[in-house]
Amino acid sequence: MTTSHENEKEKMETHVKPTSLASVAQAHNVKVPGTRALGTGLETRGVHAWFGKHHALADISLDFAAGTVTALIGPSGCGKSTYIRTINRMHEFIPGAAMAGEVLLDGKDVYAPGTDVTKIRLQIGMVFQKPNPFPSMTIGENVLSGLKLAQIKAENKDDLLEECLERAGLWSEVKDRLGAHGGSLSGGQQQRLCIARALAVRPQVLLMDEPCSALDPGSTLRIEETIRHLSDSMTIIIVTHNMQQAARVSDYTAFFLSDGGPGQMIEVAPTSEIFSRPQDPRTENYVTGRFG
Amino acid sequence: MTFTAIKTPTPREISTEPRRSDRVFRAIVTFGGISSLVILGLIALFLGYRGFEVLRQEGIGFITHSDWSISTDDAGNVLESHFGLAAMLVGTILCSLIAVVIALPVSVFCALFLNFYAPNWLKKILVTIIDMMAAFPSILFGIWGFLVLMPSVEYWAKLLHRYFGFIPIFDMQVPVYTRSPFVAGVVLSIMIIPIITSVSREIFSQAPLDRIQAAYALGATRWAMIKAVVIPHGRSGVIGGAMLGLGRAMGETVAVFTVLNIVFQINWQMLLGAGGNVASLIILKFGDASPYEIKALMAAGLVLFLLTLIVNGLANLIVKTTGKSGR
Repeated sequence: MTTSHENEKEKMETHVKPTSLASVAQAHNVKVPGTRALGTGLETRGVHAWFGKHHALADISLDFAAGTVTALIGPSGCGKSTYIRTINRMHEFIPGAAMAGEVLLDGKDVYAPGTDVTKIRLQIGMVFQKPNPFPSMTIGENVLSGLKLAQIKAENKDDLLEECLERAGLWSEVKDRLGAHGGSLSGGQQQRLCIARALAVRPQVLLMDEPCSALDPGSTLRIEETIRHLSDSMTIIIVTHNMQQAARVSDYTAFFLSDGGPGQMIEVAPTSEIFSRPQDPRTENYVTGRFG
Repeated sequence: MTFTAIKTPTPREISTEPRRSDRVFRAIVTFGGISSLVILGLIALFLGYRGFEVLRQEGIGFITHSDWSISTDDAGNVLESHFGLAAMLVGTILCSLIAVVIALPVSVFCALFLNFYAPNWLKKILVTIIDMMAAFPSILFGIWGFLVLMPSVEYWAKLLHRYFGFIPIFDMQVPVYTRSPFVAGVVLSIMIIPIITSVSREIFSQAPLDRIQAAYALGATRWAMIKAVVIPHGRSGVIGGAMLGLGRAMGETVAVFTVLNIVFQINWQMLLGAGGNVASLIILKFGDASPYEIKALMAAGLVLFLLTLIVNGLANLIVKTTGKSGR
């Protein structure tokens, strides 16, 4: 057991370059990528992405430890959203989209031939930039819609409904009107409804693509609290343009940048490190607001 | 801190002086917009004016009775006449309903296939063919129905009668299978498939991408996504398309005339070779009608016109009441 665990760790270290990262992480008392603190994790190896002939993303290798929040920051058009969409295979919906490299969930390549992509998306949930509840469904139906869509049978739907809304920080606001339509909620409530909906299928990983960019500061704060609570039980990757938000919610931050060509990852480190002592001058310029 | 009391002013009148070019353009588009209404109104007036004498004489019997007879003396004076459209109206509705029942599922599946399953090259070809079908001369559908469809539909009609004969509309007393409302309905369904398909395709393609992605991100299969997002979004539009098809089916003349046996007796048995159709009645009688009978045919035209108007009104009502959910 221990040997295989260590073997796995070694294997991982040969692929990414976590030696320095791990030591830095230990110094900062945050969970180390690849240590599998809460079971298993997610890893990408040399991911590239194309839209037709346009090379959008180059060689992204990142390791996400279970139970951590990783923020992806960088200027618009640097491939952050493209990157997270390769993780749950939403990238391939765009006509002409292509990718290279591997995305490993529990050590299994999600792009392996014969993979049931719907199962992958159940394990890797996603929350989008714009709140997108199903308007023809009630609040309750929205939360449980994932079960219906993926044809999963749930034992006790009422408990699951309450649990998911509670974890998304919405229960107290909607518990008396679960039969109302999803569209009757405010923008911030709709986004938390979408988070609750993503939680109902019990994903291991939750991808969030600028989840607060369309929301007011109060709603943003509520969602950030929600993210902190959720990180106890799942791996979260959040794309954000708001550097204060990255600083508030994430354990790790990865900085992406494009010099006109494909987007690349410049630097990844524990969040406090990125904001206080960035290794790369480009990161420093970005986080101090000198460009981007 | 409290708000100071506010004295409420009366709202100002807001107006603007349009430019000359804007006024000219406005006049042109207003003319275009109103003209269709004027043309339609004039046609209705013309039909009402020409048919008024017959309508007054027959009264409500014009739509509740089912005879069509006129006798004249040698000088052409009308001795006796009975005009009633009941059988024709029933036949029109029956044929059109059969057409919609057949065409609606075919069209919806076709639209879903084109939008979500067909590869791009096939989609382009199919869309062109379906658009072409809409512009195809209806007499050719009629002749095809008469020569090709009728002999084979007879076989299906017999099967339907044998296994579903206990349902009244599939029952029949006399085994006459040719030229039945069923055959006419099948021909009509082929004619309205392009309309319903094209309306459905349009509305399905407008299904919001963010909700489609939300469904996929929750682990939905394509079919589950379509059920959860595309169909709720498109429901009212598809109903609108079906009603458009129904209106087209009710007004269709030549194709129905070619394949339908017109009998002046109300018949709900769709497999029996005896049907009615207002438009086909007009084409059947118009050629050798006396001046007074022409008036009766004009009145029949007015009734068909009103029927189509009512169906379209109902369609709008249904689209409005079902339109809110799913958007």
